[in-house]
Amino acid sequence: MSNLIIDTHTVFSRELRPVLRNPFTIIFSMVQPLVFLALFAPLLPKVEGGGSALQWFVPGIVVMSCLFGTSMTGSNLLYEIQTGSHERMLVTPLRRPALLIGRALKEIVPMVAQAALIVVVCLPFGFDLHLGGALLGLLILAVFCLGLGALSYTLALASKNQEWLFWTVQQTLLFPLLLLAGMLLPITNGPDWLRTLSKFNPLSYVVDAERALFNGDVWASTTLTGTLAAVGVGALGLLVGVRAMNRSA
Amino acid sequence: MIETDELTKHFKSKKGMVKAVDGIALTVAPGELVALLGPNGAGKSTTLRMLTTLIPPTSGTARVAGFDVVRHQREVRQRIGYIGQGNGAGHSQRGRDELISQGRSYGMRVAQARQRAGELIDSLGLAEVADRTVSTLSGGQRRRLDIAMGLIHTPELLFLDEPSTGLDPQNRANLQEHILDLRKQRDTTIVLTTHYLDEADSMAERVIVIDHGRIIADDTPERLKAIHVGDQIILGFDDEPTAARAASLLPHHPSRHGAQLRLAVTGAARMAPGLLDDLRAHDIPVASIEVTRPTLDDVFLKLTGRSLRDGVTAELSPAENGDERELVEV
Repeated sequence: MSNLIIDTHTVFSRELRPVLRNPFTIIFSMVQPLVFLALFAPLLPKVEGGGSALQWFVPGIVVMSCLFGTSMTGSNLLYEIQTGSHERMLVTPLRRPALLIGRALKEIVPMVAQAALIVVVCLPFGFDLHLGGALLGLLILAVFCLGLGALSYTLALASKNQEWLFWTVQQTLLFPLLLLAGMLLPITNGPDWLRTLSKFNPLSYVVDAERALFNGDVWASTTLTGTLAAVGVGALGLLVGVRAMNRSA
Repeated sequence: MIETDELTKHFKSKKGMVKAVDGIALTVAPGELVALLGPNGAGKSTTLRMLTTLIPPTSGTARVAGFDVVRHQREVRQRIGYIGQGNGAGHSQRGRDELISQGRSYGMRVAQARQRAGELIDSLGLAEVADRTVSTLSGGQRRRLDIAMGLIHTPELLFLDEPSTGLDPQNRANLQEHILDLRKQRDTTIVLTTHYLDEADSMAERVIVIDHGRIIADDTPERLKAIHVGDQIILGFDDEPTAARAASLLPHHPSRHGAQLRLAVTGAARMAPGLLDDLRAHDIPVASIEVTRPTLDDVFLKLTGRSLRDGVTAELSPAENGDERELVEV
């Protein structure tokens, strides 16, 4: 077990190194969320009671940024499968699960950096930060992120030699998941069928939890359901991801 | 160092079962430098992928560095180095970082990995580019980085899959020199696949010719040529009657092509002067003489009826052309 941790650390540090060497890469994948933030947030109606609409919108953008960056991360592995670095690592004694877990864990780092950046950008515009809740929110998001990253890598392993398959699946799933989670517009006013679909989207619970937590509402029931959804995605991701990596050749 | 018994790999493709490797028995002793030679799709890479634990055999067994490739994968992996067809270093990484990670992968401590990385960077002439992003390196530099990564843990056995494909002649020569050096200094056992005939010829002491998933010849390049092809002496005469007269005199069963005689012999270079003396003694003027030494391609042609130089690809197995997506392991 301790060796699995060492191997995971080796893979994690390797994946993180290009990010640390060139931190601006973190910003590239969050261009879209920032565009949404700049061009969408001003359209939101003022919340009753005079609070900033950002209070509702920012947590959603934080999750969105995680969704965008992390769901794409499998493409890095896909590239390494094509160039030969993945094969090179498969011949080393690194334990197979570490090759997946280390990679998926690394996704948490850009996610947290992006969340911090979004919050900092929004502070001057009247966003009210509740630090404790936000940190707990990021913890839950980290677990979700781990699972999503693992799923993205699983997709990459399944799309070996068929890059189009990876992007088709990723792009097809991305926007329905995003919209059904009420990330940009609230689902509550939608028709029944939409709300039913939304209930089957684990991301909905994560977004709801983040909204409550970023507003300092730690003891809400959404915290529990959000945690459960995140743990569910995390466990599923690791399970299928490790299985796929074990069979990788 | 390597011992396989009836090593077999089948793939399922749309067209049916493909026997990529069909019962290979191979023994490699410590310190040998062996080249697996064959056309694309012959089964070379599939064999290598089984020996390096990347894919399990369909049947048969293989022991590498003392361990079974299926039951003791980790032990095998710890002891071998593998330099694949692609580039081992991540393109967004820096060479030195990748070398250190590679060392860590083999259980080396950071300080130890860093020191070993430094040694390899120096000995492979990578000092100037080791701290640059891999994607900015030239093909030759990347290949040397691959070699460095394969050597980070000083393996007792090194596999190289088509090491010089895509390199220009100068980089190829440079790479071959590094491989031979390694052997001289460390007595590392080396197994490489190639479809460059001259490479197999000049580097390996032992050439194993593989076709359709089977070993069809296994010997030193010299003996392969001597046994399967032999030398040839081509004598030219002024006209056909002269050639015919010469043919009746020579004890070597020459074959006549117009005014030309061809003699298949061994030790042609030593034999030629005597041959000329004999013919002159019989007053037969020789217009021209040519002594040809066989190449490994001639050996391959003789063994299979096909020439490697034509870039033949066995229709059998797309497994080695990166087309594995169409194949399901069996």
